[in-house]
Amino acid sequence: MKIKYTALSDADLVSAYIAGDEYSLSTLITRHKQRVYSFIYSKVFDRDITEDVFQDTFVKVIKTLKRGKYNEEGKFLPWVMRIAHNLVIDHFRKNNRMPKFEGNGDFNIFSVLNDGSLNAEKQIIKDQIEHDVRELIEELPDDQREVLVMRIYKDMSFKEIAFQTDVSINTALGRMRYALINLRKVIEKHNIVLTN
Amino acid sequence: MSKLYLNEPPKNNLEVPHPKKETIAFLLSYSKALVVNDYETFQFETVLN
Repeated sequence: MKIKYTALSDADLVSAYIAGDEYSLSTLITRHKQRVYSFIYSKVFDRDITEDVFQDTFVKVIKTLKRGKYNEEGKFLPWVMRIAHNLVIDHFRKNNRMPKFEGNGDFNIFSVLNDGSLNAEKQIIKDQIEHDVRELIEELPDDQREVLVMRIYKDMSFKEIAFQTDVSINTALGRMRYALINLRKVIEKHNIVLTN
Repeated sequence: MSKLYLNEPPKNNLEVPHPKKETIAFLLSYSKALVVNDYETFQFETVLN
């Protein structure tokens, strides 16, 4: 009997694909390509980049499915969209780190040069964020705050911190970990935005 | 004024973005070529020609 792939649910197609049925993947991609592609394009506004991110998204999907790491919970599309979303973020992160040339044919020296200083608005935002972070750190328990300040503000190694606070390196690491977890909790609880 | 309503809209405005055929073809070929082997606690990926 011939299987009607288009009538199958995502979950069935995923199971069939994991079991070795390559045509299931084709159906899955055909079914969702528009949504995924449009989503990426709505973020990056560039056809070539969209194409790359789209391809990377499904390469990741394929690898995860073939490795048997996918947990079927009936949420195939949201999972794919999440991967696409993360790759879009990666793209912007990478782009911010790398100097880029504007693609209009004219070379603009300011696209690769800057004076290294922030403009007034960004400087104010940066100061505000640093101020907020310091206040948050003050809320931490003493032992965690001590380790975090030594590590982040004094740039000390964990070996040095352990020696100075008279604890083992593992304890210092543990305190740092809890300090970060607690900071994150407070930030999430109060919906504090720490980005500019 | 009637022109505005009677003229066909330019096609490129209505074009829905979609991936290239080559991209889809690449993904399907990649999927066929990718083999994941398990060895003890490790997994190895091999892309066959």
